[in-house]
Amino acid sequence: MEFLGDVLEWFTTADNWLGTTGILNRTWEHVQLSAIAVAVAGVIAVPAGVALGHVGRGGVAAVAVVNIGRAVPSFGIVALALPITIKLGLGLGFWPTFLALVALALPPMFTNSYTGVDEVDAALVEAGRGMGMRGPEILRQIELPAASPLILAAVRISSVQVVATATLGALVAWGGLGRFIIDGFARGDEVMVFAGGLLVALLAVLTELFFSLIERVILPRGLQIRRAGVETAVATSA
Amino acid sequence: MLAQIKDEPFIRWDWVGSHLDDIWSRTLEHIQLTVVAVAVGFVIAMALSLIALRWRRTYAPITWVSGVLYTIPSLALFALLVPWTGLTFLTAEIGLVGYTLLILIRNIVAGVDGISPEVREAAIGMGYTRARMLWEIELPLALPTIIAGLRIAAVTTVGLVTVTALITLGGLGSFILRGLQRFFTTEILVGVVMSVVLAVAIDLVLVGVEKALTPWARHKAGA
Repeated sequence: MEFLGDVLEWFTTADNWLGTTGILNRTWEHVQLSAIAVAVAGVIAVPAGVALGHVGRGGVAAVAVVNIGRAVPSFGIVALALPITIKLGLGLGFWPTFLALVALALPPMFTNSYTGVDEVDAALVEAGRGMGMRGPEILRQIELPAASPLILAAVRISSVQVVATATLGALVAWGGLGRFIIDGFARGDEVMVFAGGLLVALLAVLTELFFSLIERVILPRGLQIRRAGVETAVATSA
Repeated sequence: MLAQIKDEPFIRWDWVGSHLDDIWSRTLEHIQLTVVAVAVGFVIAMALSLIALRWRRTYAPITWVSGVLYTIPSLALFALLVPWTGLTFLTAEIGLVGYTLLILIRNIVAGVDGISPEVREAAIGMGYTRARMLWEIELPLALPTIIAGLRIAAVTTVGLVTVTALITLGGLGSFILRGLQRFFTTEILVGVVMSVVLAVAIDLVLVGVEKALTPWARHKAGA
């Protein structure tokens, strides 16, 4: 109980909130880099997955990508990004973390975009053709809306994973909330470690809730899938 | 240090050759951490799934709690546990077991739910009791889905075990961590590659287990 008192004291000390090493700045760094990484990965993976799904090619790649993505530890991706960015002359800190997070976010977004478009009911596409729609119209008015639940689910899954792994950026000299945990371990300061753990856990749960809310708000009710189905759908096809 | 890594080749085979013993013992450590986590996770998940199947109303809270556990990043979870259970095997296992639960529970429940009602009716008609139906009909028929869950849980756990290097356990993760600290790419690569190899190997073992336990699936699928 005394320990929790120390944690409370840590959180009520103004110095721990302010400045470059404070909670506010560390949270901002964490959110900012995660958002950029998810956005960059989305710009690459979603169009690629949608295009391949539209032409119906690349199913093997879609399954392989998600399986390999699962087998490679995210800690390993962060660690391997470091020698790569150093060889490229980009150095420590931002770049290795950024590179690792993008690599991590690509597989689920690619695979879900592909699966979402590929698995659109053939009768719907057929009906579109019968109404005189061409390829691009079918894509925009039928396939993309029908695939949107899976694509949004991938954005949520990737975002949570990226926020989680951004914590490890502290190991390659980046900032973010992981600093409290890593620095706390280095100094043997368990209060700081615990506080850092609490902050990271909170941010991850909030990210999950935020994207679930977005899904609920922008998807028409008929398109909302039962959340439990998403990962298992990908999983069992693997 | 940075200049050194720039000139360093990505992998130095002489280092690998002179550390084979070390690599082997870390791999065994890694396997131990993984197997204990998945086995304990499976027992707990099975118990919770049976509760959820018997009393439907408990399913939502059970998946909610395991979902929150699943969402909390591994390093954060370890950070929350260390002040209470220290830098120990127990801390690592609590975290690792926590991550397997959501995947396993979801697949066990989905597997049992996916059984067609005719099968159940036939069993009831033959006088099966509820318990006997569960053990002799429902769980065997749900086996492919349950093993699919085990495969995902095992592969995920192999990856997560690397993170436990940060709380001084870690198996193969300790190569990754030490490689990072010394800017030594070879060691990082050894940790990552061996972890991937281990994940694939465990996955293949589970595929074999599934084949052995579901002989009827071979006749049906034919492919």
